[in-house]
Amino acid sequence: MTTLENREALRSIRSSFEARLRDSKKKLISLCAGSGCGAYGTAKVYDTLMEQLAEHNLENEVEVKLSGCHGFCEKGPIMVIHPEGIFYPQLKEKHIPDIVENTIKNGDLVKKLIFKDPATKKKITYEKDVPFYKLQQRVIFGNNGIIDPTRIEDYFSVGGYAALEKALFDMSPKEIIDEVKKSGLRGRGGGGFPAGRKWETCAKHHGDRYVICNADEGDPGAYMDRSLLEGNPHSVLEGMIVGAIAVGSNEGYVYVRHEYPLAVTNFSQALESARKYGLLGKNILGTGFDFDIHISRGGGAFVCGESTALMASLEGKPGRPRAKYIHTVEKGFRNNPSMLNNVETWANVPVIINKGSEWYASIGTEGSKGTKIFSLVGKVMNTGLVEVPMGTTLRTIIFDIGGGILKKKKFKAVQTGGPSGGCIPEEFLDLGVDFDELTKVGSMMGSGGMIVMDQDTCMVDVARYFIEFLQDESCGQCNPCREGLKQMLDVLTRICHGHGREGDLELLEELSDMVANASLCGLGTSAPNPVMSNIRYFREEYETHIRDKKCPAGVCKPLFFYEIDQELCTGCTLCAKRCPEEIISGEQKAPHQLEQDKCIKCGICYEACMFDAVVVK
Amino acid sequence: MNQELTTEEKAALKSIAKNLETFNKQRGNLIPILQMVQEHLAYLPSEALRMVAEYLEINACEVYGVATFYNQFRFHPPGKHPVKVCLGTACHVRAGDIILENFERKLGIEDGETTADREFSIERVACVGCCALAPVAIIGETVHGHMAPSKVEGLLMRIEIEKDIAKREKEKSESEQT
Repeated sequence: MTTLENREALRSIRSSFEARLRDSKKKLISLCAGSGCGAYGTAKVYDTLMEQLAEHNLENEVEVKLSGCHGFCEKGPIMVIHPEGIFYPQLKEKHIPDIVENTIKNGDLVKKLIFKDPATKKKITYEKDVPFYKLQQRVIFGNNGIIDPTRIEDYFSVGGYAALEKALFDMSPKEIIDEVKKSGLRGRGGGGFPAGRKWETCAKHHGDRYVICNADEGDPGAYMDRSLLEGNPHSVLEGMIVGAIAVGSNEGYVYVRHEYPLAVTNFSQALESARKYGLLGKNILGTGFDFDIHISRGGGAFVCGESTALMASLEGKPGRPRAKYIHTVEKGFRNNPSMLNNVETWANVPVIINKGSEWYASIGTEGSKGTKIFSLVGKVMNTGLVEVPMGTTLRTIIFDIGGGILKKKKFKAVQTGGPSGGCIPEEFLDLGVDFDELTKVGSMMGSGGMIVMDQDTCMVDVARYFIEFLQDESCGQCNPCREGLKQMLDVLTRICHGHGREGDLELLEELSDMVANASLCGLGTSAPNPVMSNIRYFREEYETHIRDKKCPAGVCKPLFFYEIDQELCTGCTLCAKRCPEEIISGEQKAPHQLEQDKCIKCGICYEACMFDAVVVK
Repeated sequence: MNQELTTEEKAALKSIAKNLETFNKQRGNLIPILQMVQEHLAYLPSEALRMVAEYLEINACEVYGVATFYNQFRFHPPGKHPVKVCLGTACHVRAGDIILENFERKLGIEDGETTADREFSIERVACVGCCALAPVAIIGETVHGHMAPSKVEGLLMRIEIEKDIAKREKEKSESEQT
């Protein structure tokens, strides 16, 4: 590895790696080593694969890559064999000998491992035909599957650092900012503030300007930033360097959650190799431009996703937000102009510079351009990361890409925008998702979490869950947020426990109004969203809790009990065997009984029964 | 925060003192330093907090203030097999709380506590970013996805069995030596 001293050196190294990828005659096995697949056991699969390849003397004929997240986490660990694009999901070590023997050696498919679409029951051989991928437009996320995130050379081979080259040699800082402005890129972290305008204001203010990447992905239920940092760290890094050129900054920070150790490792390695090639550090590509990036591991506080709190945390203080009379682009980190963008926003930058703002702005809707990565999770068949153009309908995302609701249950709502977002009911399924449309229905884009809920999800419990989370994460410096959320939680808990009173809903609405209007920072002002949107669309469910003391979804423990349906029960004894309290009894092949007064509602019998005979009352 | 330090912990404090020297005496290094201490000790005893305060020449209460603000820092020693149950949104709607309850019941301790033999501790965490595998529990470093109430006992039993096997092998090798 040598330092690249000028434009030509970068060009020649990139084209040599591009050519190597293009002309490679070798088979390429890409094995997903993202956090999801990793948890399913990618490491063991990889070891077995390497052993088997060695046994067949194929090590030199085949290239194996441990790639970042492919997105289809539900079916991990995932293997894709290029150039054909053969897709093998849910692999175990025992499957590897078959794959090596048949597919790698003889070019045949291993029939039993081929992906079966759960919706149509059809077998699908190639990755590109899998419905989960077919309907996506993977502009930002697409390279994850073919590059090894620990090798900068792999990033070169897909045209990496071309945007840096263009920004550094062919464009003036003003032109870069104009390009980003024209593209219509809006911040992907939550607020959706136009990125170009932020850049422009930052560049106007004087001082040591800082470029900061917000990777404190605190929204529970969203993990696209994690997967980008883990799977394609150089794209984020390149975006940050372009940002630094545009505003004239020499120092950058990446603030990553400590819960994401692999992201920290992969990004650190990316920094290291970029420094070795001279793409970071002093005199980048001989232009006299200096820029370097530090990693700061967050201590775990949701409020640190807020820009001023994040900067306080970077300074070694408790992450408490301040009032933004003066914006951080003017006085932020160390009282200097600071330009903070989220991981996904940064990853969009190289694409805009490479393909041009016109191309970028042709994707998406009037007010929201480009694509957005959503983390589609909850009670949906195909969980994973989904990248679609802005404006794609919820129905396409949940039913066509996501494959619909688990166990054929009924769709109830989808929660977007993290804890500060809202729940969107069925009537809005044909809504095209973008920043403005989501706000109109009382939710928000947030960082792109999409949590699907079915008939078994209790909306009161969901609201209680979010308020509990937010009051726990409230930094506590302003009264409305600290005390208001606590009162809201008390009321919601009361309702969930069956002690709800008449007037509680009005009280919640009043409190929500106060917290939303009087809190200091974004955490407080948006905190009542889940409650407000919930009451707006699911008022009846709240009333059932308050008046009838019932939880129709069977979630609020004091408000329901389990019963064994005497007609449906086949007497298979499975529930009786599993019951930890040993309170289910009955003869084999005869309906069983459950002793209500001793039941702890652990849910084991409900989960175990294969005949839906354990019912919620 | 007043547990007696074990001998190993006292030894670890010494290496922490040495490690401190590698950090600049800047306020901005407080969180990285606390992270380093916790990597060594798995929690932050008051002795260590005082040491950090002295090194950075700031008040101990300021160090404590920062440490208690962030969820990452612990003030009690965790068990040998820390159990973390994720209660992020995706895990919550897929009944993560029932998983937590089952761990609590099986181990006889509550969230935030450690068993008397210091083998297990339970902690609820906000989101570990494996939402597609919800509900998720992490035991030690291993992520267990698609948890179910009935899986809890099996997982704990596996640890017990592994421990037994390790013990037996140790005894065996010891008896062979003598």
